[in-house]
Amino acid sequence: MRAVITVLGCDRVGIIAAVTAVLAESNANILDISQTIVSDLFTMIMIVDLSASNIDFQTLHARLTGKGQDLGMEIRLQREEIFRSMHRI
Amino acid sequence: MFNRNEIVETITMIEQENLDIRTITMGISLRDCSAESSAAARRRIYDKVTSRAGKLVQTGRDIEREFGIPIINTRISVTPISMVAESSDETDYARFAETLDAAAKAVGVNFIGGFSALVHKGYTKGDHLLVQALPQALATTSRVCASVNVATTKAGINMDAVRDMGRVIKEAARLTADQGGLACAKLVVFANVPEDNPFMAGAFHGVGEPECVINVGVSGPGVVARAVKSTQGADFGAVSEAIKKMAFKITRMGQLVAQEASQRLQVPFGIVDLSLAPTPAIGDSVAHILEEMGLEKCGCPGTTAALALLNDAVKKGGVMASSYVGGLSGAFIPVSEDAGMIDAVLCGALTLEKLEAMTCVCSVGLDMIAVPGDTSAATISAIIADEVAIGVVNQKTTAVRIIPAPGRVVGDVVEFGGLLGSGPVMKVNAFSAEAFIGRGGRIPAPLHSLRN
Repeated sequence: MRAVITVLGCDRVGIIAAVTAVLAESNANILDISQTIVSDLFTMIMIVDLSASNIDFQTLHARLTGKGQDLGMEIRLQREEIFRSMHRI
Repeated sequence: MFNRNEIVETITMIEQENLDIRTITMGISLRDCSAESSAAARRRIYDKVTSRAGKLVQTGRDIEREFGIPIINTRISVTPISMVAESSDETDYARFAETLDAAAKAVGVNFIGGFSALVHKGYTKGDHLLVQALPQALATTSRVCASVNVATTKAGINMDAVRDMGRVIKEAARLTADQGGLACAKLVVFANVPEDNPFMAGAFHGVGEPECVINVGVSGPGVVARAVKSTQGADFGAVSEAIKKMAFKITRMGQLVAQEASQRLQVPFGIVDLSLAPTPAIGDSVAHILEEMGLEKCGCPGTTAALALLNDAVKKGGVMASSYVGGLSGAFIPVSEDAGMIDAVLCGALTLEKLEAMTCVCSVGLDMIAVPGDTSAATISAIIADEVAIGVVNQKTTAVRIIPAPGRVVGDVVEFGGLLGSGPVMKVNAFSAEAFIGRGGRIPAPLHSLRN
């Protein structure tokens, strides 16, 4: 299963490190990553493969949300299908 | 792989423009719950609803979390209770409403629809008992929704039922006077009622439907308003194209959620309803879409044409995005549930007569209209008669959900709370239709009903 992670908030040191650490612990593979900063607002979009993940979707969702709270950022994890169904025929 | 803009667009639609799945509604047939004893029938109903829908709410929550799309309501619709209760010895059908209410509470859904009767050509014994029980049933339960179909294009208009519904609505308002007549907000009078509508208060599980089915209603007036805004100054071809594209995207999301829910609950997928359903939240208004097209206020001249374009474009965009489309499918214009409609009434731009004209080109009818508490039963019946005549002649669904708010006068605002919003009391034509409604009988079906 593939999923999309989006991270939004004030730029600071270590955001990518913190998010990827959670992913590495759960054996989620990062397929694509892009990041920009527009007037101090950090946005990162990541596409990850969860097929070999060692935890279920809900647990990973909770861990990323928790990490977002620690960092003071918004972190979302959504299954890829929602984007595919909306933007691809 | 997706590009960045696509991902950002989807998230913006959800986070900032109130895109959501308005309802996942499970339709459950209660045809096998009839019994001679009322207690046995009610026990069968309770057991069937709670066992079929036991996982409905949790499934909705799981899908919401995994896909990141808000699912506002999970609901249940059942076979019209007049048919299920008819063979029992019960004479007080409010007891069946209590059973439905208890079942809805047990599984955690906020509404259960189907305390209903189809009387477009006449009453059976069960229909009579159900209509008689409506005021009490709606006043004493919190989650039960009721509907009565009084007309179809094929059968014409049952004017006896139209007369009775005026009285029922007045009585329901009287019994809930301390809540502004709230019981009336849970009662819809229909012409050409659809059997697979997932939206409340008019949902029920039709007699041609399968044992159990999942129907989904999407919503996204805020998203469509943004699409229209982006066409500022362009001609109507461009407006229509922009709405169609957005309706397609919204509906694809509904289709995905419907399939996912159907698979997880192991219940067949029925339809996606393409309606644009507003809420009282800022940025979730159908009136504001019409105003984005260039109208100063919803209700001014041009409003009916704007709504016609919107309704048609939503269908054209949505129908390609789902394998099965049904229900009401169009734009809803409930006054109390739409911030833009409320504003338009309060400033005098939108009147009851203009709303009636608007219902000729959109999906429902006079919806969530508060009128003065002293409006007579005959006048309410006459308003219903006008509205169902529009549906019958134009071969479309129309409906009336009207609240004669006890003790309130024009200019007051009645609070219903939650998704039902707050309704400004609208002016009603003061001349009488008493003698017209007093005639009774049936208005024959129109000539074009004879299509065979």
